[in-house]
Amino acid sequence: MPRLNSKEDLKALRRKIIGVRDLNKPYITLCSGTACHATGSDAVAAAIQKELEKQCLTGEVGVRRTGCHGFCERGPIIIIYPGEICYLNVTPEDVPEIISKTIKGREIIERLLYADPNTGEQMVHEQDIPFYKYQTRLVFSGNLWVDPTNIEDYIALGGYRALAKVLHEMTPEEVLEEVKRANLRGRGGGGFPAGRKWETTRDASGEPKYVIVNCDEGDPGAYMDRSIMEGNPHRVLEGLTIAAYAIGATQGFVYVRQEYPLAVSNLAIALEQAKEYGLLGEDILGSGFEFDVKVHRGAGAFVSGESSALMNAIEGKVGEPRPKYVHTSEAGIWDKPSNLNNVETLANVPLIIEKGADWFGSIGTEGSKGTKIFSLVGTVNNTGLVEVPMGTTLRDIIYKIGGGIRGGKRFKGVQTGGPSGGIIPEQYLDSPVDFDELTKLGSMMGSGGMIAIDEDTCIVDLARYFVDFLCDESCGKCVPCREGLKRMREILEDIVAGRGKEGDIELLKEIAVVMKEASLCALGTTAANPTLSTIRYFRDEYEAHIKEKRCPALVCKDLISYYIDPEKCIACLKCLKNCPEGAIEGEKRVIHVIEQSKCVKCGICYDVCPPKVGAVKKISGRPVPPSLPEAERAIRKGKKKGGGSD
Amino acid sequence: MKVKMKRVDEIIERYKGEEGVLIQLLLDIQSEFNWIPHGVIARISEKMRIPTSQIYRIASFYKAMSLNPVGRHIIHVCLGTACQVRGAPKILDRVEENLKIKEGSTTADMRFSLRRVNCLGCCAMGPVVVVDGNYHGKITPAMVEDILEKYE
Repeated sequence: MPRLNSKEDLKALRRKIIGVRDLNKPYITLCSGTACHATGSDAVAAAIQKELEKQCLTGEVGVRRTGCHGFCERGPIIIIYPGEICYLNVTPEDVPEIISKTIKGREIIERLLYADPNTGEQMVHEQDIPFYKYQTRLVFSGNLWVDPTNIEDYIALGGYRALAKVLHEMTPEEVLEEVKRANLRGRGGGGFPAGRKWETTRDASGEPKYVIVNCDEGDPGAYMDRSIMEGNPHRVLEGLTIAAYAIGATQGFVYVRQEYPLAVSNLAIALEQAKEYGLLGEDILGSGFEFDVKVHRGAGAFVSGESSALMNAIEGKVGEPRPKYVHTSEAGIWDKPSNLNNVETLANVPLIIEKGADWFGSIGTEGSKGTKIFSLVGTVNNTGLVEVPMGTTLRDIIYKIGGGIRGGKRFKGVQTGGPSGGIIPEQYLDSPVDFDELTKLGSMMGSGGMIAIDEDTCIVDLARYFVDFLCDESCGKCVPCREGLKRMREILEDIVAGRGKEGDIELLKEIAVVMKEASLCALGTTAANPTLSTIRYFRDEYEAHIKEKRCPALVCKDLISYYIDPEKCIACLKCLKNCPEGAIEGEKRVIHVIEQSKCVKCGICYDVCPPKVGAVKKISGRPVPPSLPEAERAIRKGKKKGGGSD
Repeated sequence: MKVKMKRVDEIIERYKGEEGVLIQLLLDIQSEFNWIPHGVIARISEKMRIPTSQIYRIASFYKAMSLNPVGRHIIHVCLGTACQVRGAPKILDRVEENLKIKEGSTTADMRFSLRRVNCLGCCAMGPVVVVDGNYHGKITPAMVEDILEKYE
């Protein structure tokens, strides 16, 4: 492919790509993001290849392995064109039938379609499935179409058009103005206006200037940045190049986690191709603008996602934060002005340039414009990536899109903002989700993790989990964060172990204030948020642990016991055989009893006891009832037992 | 475990003369050998003219790097928030009790190394356990033993 030397070259290439594509030719797209890899997308791809050969259709049917479609709960997903027929949970065994029936015979296989869990109604198109129907996919839409290893797919969708416009029709000042006017706020956590950040770096003295993409997505339960980087890397590169032009940078970096191998390899391919096509490197699209990008693989440190720490890491040093009175936008990598944006932020930039700041401003709320991608996970029915306009309510996201809570359990809260965020309880389900509203509720937007929690989650234990995570990830450079987190962990561990005392809650709050005021970086200043927000909304659970030594959610090991209800036990031997500790006594037709001194509370007996029987119980805050005397344990033949008979 | 120094030298060669590449170099060593042996650190120090103290500082700071040899099979138990609220702690307990080791260590027979990870990003499958890159999803404590038995 000869390099593109002008805006017209790009246009002509796009026309050429679209021109040779036969829209009537059957096409299979297969979701191949990391989550689908895990559920077997590679095996499905191999089966498709094999089957096409077998049925002599190679060449007549196109196959495209795209990035993540977002509906991870039901992956691997395939879509068949023409007709846009969407099949879910596809296995290699389904492939021969798909090829012979749907590809050859244009016949729909009903068993692979989405069926509404309530009405049973089947849906053929992805767009009709409630999970997708209530979303607004602007940033994420490319993922459904683009093979991330083929730049021409991206160009066919209008890719790099915004870059061409910027380079040939706009001055850097005009680009900056447009992004500022759009009020694009950073999607990585802070929500700081990207345009203002760009301006500071542009105005700072010192050359060269650097631009960086932050793909060090470390929040547990969040994977939207990875899915964009894996599924549509050119979109991010285009946004980065536009940022570089506006700021006046010639060198860019992509900081991507080593734990995201697919993102790393797709990005490397994208960089190669962009250079080959003249979209990176010297004289981009014949404009005279020069820009190059290097990849830095992050080596697994949560704190290195913080801007100054990330820049230390790029310099090859330990990724610890620097004192914050020096802004990285003025003195970042090698003390030069450096602008850092999150993946999703930059992926929005080409859209803003193409469609304009006014269009962007028409989506979302007063203070938060555009859409936001959330990674909706936890105990919802439809786990996946969800893109909605800012201001959509939590209820719409969790119930309309997420399909509600699994197993008919009661919704307890939703955790947003990762370890720096908080937990929002049920009474705020109708709150609109944007930067300011979530902060008001004591949580934050963060990068977009949204973890639904049901009644089986212990709030105190969850607070302990986040503090434990941060304790592990704190770099230890400043005292408030290092020591504060350790003390908080000790207190929370005591509470969940039944050693909590009066005054613990107040002490936690006191430590939180000091950490917030005195920590060096955002990891420390926000570290107490999960604890504070749970004390604010679920104080009664803390008190139950401290005062009554009771865990209301029946989770904390030291505060619960397993017990077999003799009225319900049918002596089926299931729990007895599965108990890894041999802690269950009994035999056929003899009611089973847990020997409490041997029990390690692994919960296997509770899991394997047939739901219809439900004899194994968890109890907390009260003693285990005395077991039946051995003489009374025999179940007489014919006696009706268990299964709600009493 | 014998490390091929020739391979080490090849990796070092990729980065020679460049600035700020130590982390990238160590990551490559880690992927090649699954750990960073002390002899290799000495070699890097000598060839790249970087003090060993600096290399140890980096290698001990980052989670992706290990200064201890690993077992034949590596188990990753995901403890991301989504897996956490779906019962992952019980899975980790079960694996620890089964192998009689704590997370972060290796069994005496070098059969398994056990690590916890803070999110693998396949939350729909949670709780997830990955052994040698094979994903096992929607795990219950009762399934742990059967999974481990598959890896000799």
